[in-house]
Amino acid sequence: MTEMVYCYDGSFEGFLCCVFESYAKREVLTAICCDEDFVPMLFASRSILTDRDQAGRVYRKVVKCSPHAAELLRKGFLTCLPDREIHLYHLIQKLLRDGPGFLSNLSDPVLYPVAKAVRHLEGEAHLLKGFVRFSDLGGVLGGEIEPKNRVLPILRSHFCARYLGERFFLYDRTHREALFYAAGKSVIRPLADFQMAPPDETEASYRLLWKRFYDTVAIRERYNPKCRQTNMPKRYWNTMTEFQDASYFKARSSPAAVSAPGAPAGISAPGTPPAPGRSAPGSAP
Amino acid sequence: MDVLEKLTILTDAAKYDAACTSSGGSRTAKRGYIGNTSTSLAGCCHSFSADGRCVTLLKVLMTNRCVYDCKYCVNRRSNETRRAAFTPEELADLTINFYRRNYIEGLFLSSGVFRSPDYTTELMIRSLRLLRETYRFNGYIHAKAIPGTAPELVEQLGFLADRLSVNIELPSEAGLRALAPDKTKQAILAPMRQIQTRNRQSKEELVKYRHAPKFAPAGQSTQLIVGATADNDFHILRLTQGLYDRYRLKRVFYSAYVPVVEHALLPARDVKPPLLREHRLYQADWLLRFYGFRAEELLDEAHPDFDPRVDPKCSWALAHPAFFPVEVNRADYESLLRIPGVGVTSARRILSARRTGPLHIENLPKQGVVMKRAQYFLTASGKMADGLRFTQDSLLRGLIAAERPLLPQPPMEQLSLFAV
Repeated sequence: MTEMVYCYDGSFEGFLCCVFESYAKREVLTAICCDEDFVPMLFASRSILTDRDQAGRVYRKVVKCSPHAAELLRKGFLTCLPDREIHLYHLIQKLLRDGPGFLSNLSDPVLYPVAKAVRHLEGEAHLLKGFVRFSDLGGVLGGEIEPKNRVLPILRSHFCARYLGERFFLYDRTHREALFYAAGKSVIRPLADFQMAPPDETEASYRLLWKRFYDTVAIRERYNPKCRQTNMPKRYWNTMTEFQDASYFKARSSPAAVSAPGAPAGISAPGTPPAPGRSAPGSAP
Repeated sequence: MDVLEKLTILTDAAKYDAACTSSGGSRTAKRGYIGNTSTSLAGCCHSFSADGRCVTLLKVLMTNRCVYDCKYCVNRRSNETRRAAFTPEELADLTINFYRRNYIEGLFLSSGVFRSPDYTTELMIRSLRLLRETYRFNGYIHAKAIPGTAPELVEQLGFLADRLSVNIELPSEAGLRALAPDKTKQAILAPMRQIQTRNRQSKEELVKYRHAPKFAPAGQSTQLIVGATADNDFHILRLTQGLYDRYRLKRVFYSAYVPVVEHALLPARDVKPPLLREHRLYQADWLLRFYGFRAEELLDEAHPDFDPRVDPKCSWALAHPAFFPVEVNRADYESLLRIPGVGVTSARRILSARRTGPLHIENLPKQGVVMKRAQYFLTASGKMADGLRFTQDSLLRGLIAAERPLLPQPPMEQLSLFAV
């Protein structure tokens, strides 16, 4: 047995092929790195080509041992755990060696880091189900997120079911990929750069309505910013309508702002109070 | 008056209602309709307001005009405040557009009593029907049933909404008489019983006919105000337990009384809302619903209020030293749940983990056990945590110390060298 470092193309199949190769060649892996962030090191290294058949064989074997482990593997690959490939590799090793019994013991040293990272992923995805904000861009809904983990595959089924009859896209700024959905079909594609178009008047007015609602609904006597931050960490605020500054609420061709009454009993969210937009359509003067 | 202004007034008037959950629905998306409730089985929080409360529904009043004069309420007849009312179209338009932008999970519609309970409920029904049928909204709707409404109208409301709630408001009949003279216990409990019966019938019908309409599929909840009257915690908790047992409520919400109006029968305006008391009540509420505790175990006539220093489960554990220590490798689920610092999730994890081998103290934090509380009450493989020595007295001090960082701190005070 020799110790090796494998490089692969960064895909899930590619990772499974690394596992296949290590068993086929009887090599012990010290690291598995993505082609992009490979730096030459002392260990011997080899590039692994992705072969769907080999990947399928590994995956089917894992599913046969334990469907739960397969889920951990799929989700674990989406997490931001440092060196996640080698952690997952150890998980497969232990699964094939000892069987699936250890998966029910969370304090197992091989399982714990992976299970913890997957919990982090699922927690982040759950929060984002609520914190994502869409804008209506001429009939298409568009949103942006900045997650730590690659949550788009987890969020996919949620938003596709919620917006069954809509067309929408969701851009992940961190991992530079986007989820597109239209007419019952969804894809996740890499997208190098994306800039959200400024809102039209209708969109700007709903943004303003929402911010006003948000500022008004808090009870002044119960003001508790620490509790808010525990439930909704600040790193999510960046993409949320209620925490944007005035320019976010200005329509594309909006005339000079006229002052409107402020929220009387409201607690304005951090960021400057928005410039008043037009009232929503259908409103009685 | 434009929508922005109406929204401001009617949100401001609705915000003192604590209930804001979107859980319990399981309706999948339908072609041609907007939205679903199925992914919100555990609820989905869309934001958290500056007071730390979750915002999941568009919580507004239909109107804040009210014929009642409940002393504690901002919307009472005698209060000088701006009045407004949504038209059904405005409300539907707001709900749909907020929902599409993922701001909310649905609508929470309550109302002041405009003309009469029946008239108000009819208004609400008209709005919800427009939203459901014309705008084809398939998301979550929580509606308030107003005490004194005709049963036929509550029935109609229940088929449009996912969850209904009737507010108890004050925990005792004496409190109601003094502060809400227009409401009676009987008028509050009647629709509650009706919703419960109708909900059960609808579930039975669903078994027989697949497409039977669902009546309030997410059940019902209620709210009561804590701190406006002199009722003690034991009374409130027993009332809660009765509601869970006899009316099958999904939730009871507690709302610390925020002094918004001046009245001789109410706490003064500068009294702070009893937030810690509310917190302890919620903790006890969870113990009732998920931990198998009874109200009589947590409090009794001799100790009618919760200890503000430690949580209700710790208080119970301190009063029952004979029950502890619990051996985590052998204890059943119910006993594990009684250990402070062990919750539903960690108890399940312990059950699952000990099938593969004995658990030791160092394994427990990884199962999610909060050791700063749990260490005094459990053994793992016959051992307690290393170097842990305590007496009944130092135990209480240890628990209070563990709890203190979580509690609101008294403001710092600058000491003077020269003051006497």
